[in-house]
Amino acid sequence: MTGGLIQSITAALMPHLMIAPILLPLVTACLLLFVGDRRHRTKATISLSATVINLAVAVALLLWSKQGEGPSAFGVYLPGNWDVPFGIVLVLDRLSGLMLLLAAMVALMALLFALARWHKAGAHFHPLFQIQIMGLNGAFLTGDLFNLFVFFEVMLAASYGLLLHGSGPSRVKAGLQYISINLAASSLFLVGAAMIYGVTGTLNMADLAARIPDVASADRALLHTACAILAVAFLAKAAMWPLNFWLVPAYSSASAPSAAMFALLTKVGIYVLLRLSTLLFSPEAGHSAGFGSEWLAWGGMATLAFGAIGMLASQRPARLAGFSVIVSSGTLLAVLGFARPELTASALYYLPSSTLAVAAFFLLAELMDRSRTDPASQRAPEDEEDHLPFALADLEIARTANLDEDEEVLIGRAIPATTALLGLAFICCTVLVAGLPPLSGFIGKFAMLSALLPLQSGTPAVSAASWTLMVLVITSGLFALVALSRTGIRFFWAPMERGGHMLRVAEYVPIAVLIGLCVLFTVRGEAVMRYTAATASSLYHPRGYIDAVFSAQPLPTPTNAERLGVPVPEKQP
Amino acid sequence: MELVMAIAIGALTTCGVWLMLRPRTYQVIMGLCLLGYGVNLFIFSMGRLSVDSEPVLTPGLEATLLQYDDPMPQALVLTAIVIGFAMTALFLVVLLAQRGFFGNDHVDGQGDAE
Repeated sequence: MTGGLIQSITAALMPHLMIAPILLPLVTACLLLFVGDRRHRTKATISLSATVINLAVAVALLLWSKQGEGPSAFGVYLPGNWDVPFGIVLVLDRLSGLMLLLAAMVALMALLFALARWHKAGAHFHPLFQIQIMGLNGAFLTGDLFNLFVFFEVMLAASYGLLLHGSGPSRVKAGLQYISINLAASSLFLVGAAMIYGVTGTLNMADLAARIPDVASADRALLHTACAILAVAFLAKAAMWPLNFWLVPAYSSASAPSAAMFALLTKVGIYVLLRLSTLLFSPEAGHSAGFGSEWLAWGGMATLAFGAIGMLASQRPARLAGFSVIVSSGTLLAVLGFARPELTASALYYLPSSTLAVAAFFLLAELMDRSRTDPASQRAPEDEEDHLPFALADLEIARTANLDEDEEVLIGRAIPATTALLGLAFICCTVLVAGLPPLSGFIGKFAMLSALLPLQSGTPAVSAASWTLMVLVITSGLFALVALSRTGIRFFWAPMERGGHMLRVAEYVPIAVLIGLCVLFTVRGEAVMRYTAATASSLYHPRGYIDAVFSAQPLPTPTNAERLGVPVPEKQP
Repeated sequence: MELVMAIAIGALTTCGVWLMLRPRTYQVIMGLCLLGYGVNLFIFSMGRLSVDSEPVLTPGLEATLLQYDDPMPQALVLTAIVIGFAMTALFLVVLLAQRGFFGNDHVDGQGDAE
């Protein structure tokens, strides 16, 4: 009943609804700039309502893109009303619908968390946050390589501001390095895009996909060089080893809500790699088919190994969360490198659930750091060293350790409710990140492993790369479990003095919702898998995408009627 | 002309990369600027170098790229210049903040900048 209602409203608003995820945050950000600095309540209300509407739009677009019997319904929108290869174009399909919804959910939860205290820590948090959403949504929707660059820059510019939000030496230092690496990556992006234009004469992704099979063999090497340079820019964003040394210091020094948003940024890199590799190097691409996929697979595995070892070497929860971003990226890159639809389908199941888990972990990490009693050892912004905020090594565990100051036995005494809640959330995050049953992290990894093994007849024999990936996925899960349980024990079970620290409901609810969404992913696993399987199959048959983009027609207006060969529309009185 | 252009792009990029790898923040920002100039010239040259071709459609001349300048790279380079300029300004602010916090201009905030 309600589903039908939503669908009829969406159908009436399409295709114009497609530009809402870009326009809405942009207009909101402009509006927020006019609200005075001290009117926190007004700002929060505007920002929150825009983010909620953004979520509703994302849900509507996702439902629209999965309608119909075909593998995917394509929404094509021409913002400039120009014919396809010339004007810019927005394209909505199942993959972009999924990414939009994921970004909208994480953004809403990060904003809720920020409303508890972080949004007052510096000027212009809300406008930056909205611009960040706009950049993310634009990058997911655009069907044009140069527009992608613009949205990348919008997203990065906002992320520079969000990383510096709250200030402090460690943020400024991490910010400086983060900005310089991203500026260098943007230069590579431009060089790659310009070379692709020089070889093919177009930047429209669908047009590129259609033209690549016909590129002259003398230019083929140049085209591959261009794509490789372009890919380096995305791989730096997606945190592939050895382009990822900036990530952990930057993400772990950012304020918690910003860090939760940054968990999405690496996924943009992965989204673009998946989109471009399936479009440009599909089996129909002739000599270019499958270009670079082997690099992606091995690079992803190196990233996975690096992330797992990094987790073992980390102490602070925020750094652990940073390395789990790398582990998640590595797994996805390696799996996408195999370029097999059934593997990609399971990777697309793993992607949202791991992003939600890591975002929850970033939020939780801050609460854990703050929950220590000693104010002097609380995580100060300048404490950038990877130490626990308390010294366990110096702690002599005497025989009286289980007695409190009145020599009463501690064992059997109730743990404070706040600690219990934090501990529960931490256990859920551990299970999700390490990929243990029963939550969605396990289902994602299990689906990937079973797609790698030739369980059904007709699948190719297991290659050395598959074996390596299987070993790495399982080992990294074990490493994550070891590292996380060590930190959990030290934070929650160590004999520490605990004060009555505050746990605000507004800060706990977002974490609970993010974990709840992962539980939903587990319970509704089959429905999600069906969706991702259809997404993967439409990705590996790019003909549908190309045809949909080229069949888009601009609306007739008095100025273009002659060119389009249609009767001149009458002017509205 | 191709040779002059290629040498210019090469020199700018080389200097940019070398400066970017230096330990002082001011050298890094100069490196990023030079790299940006090199990239902008590169984008520009991707529209093919030609002398005396018409920029705007004129009646009587066939509308192909053989007769006209390619307008696309010019539009791209304009966008890239604007974005690059804004990013450099932002980087400058962060550079000054870093100097304020650490009292030196090393990219790590400590150590010998020489």
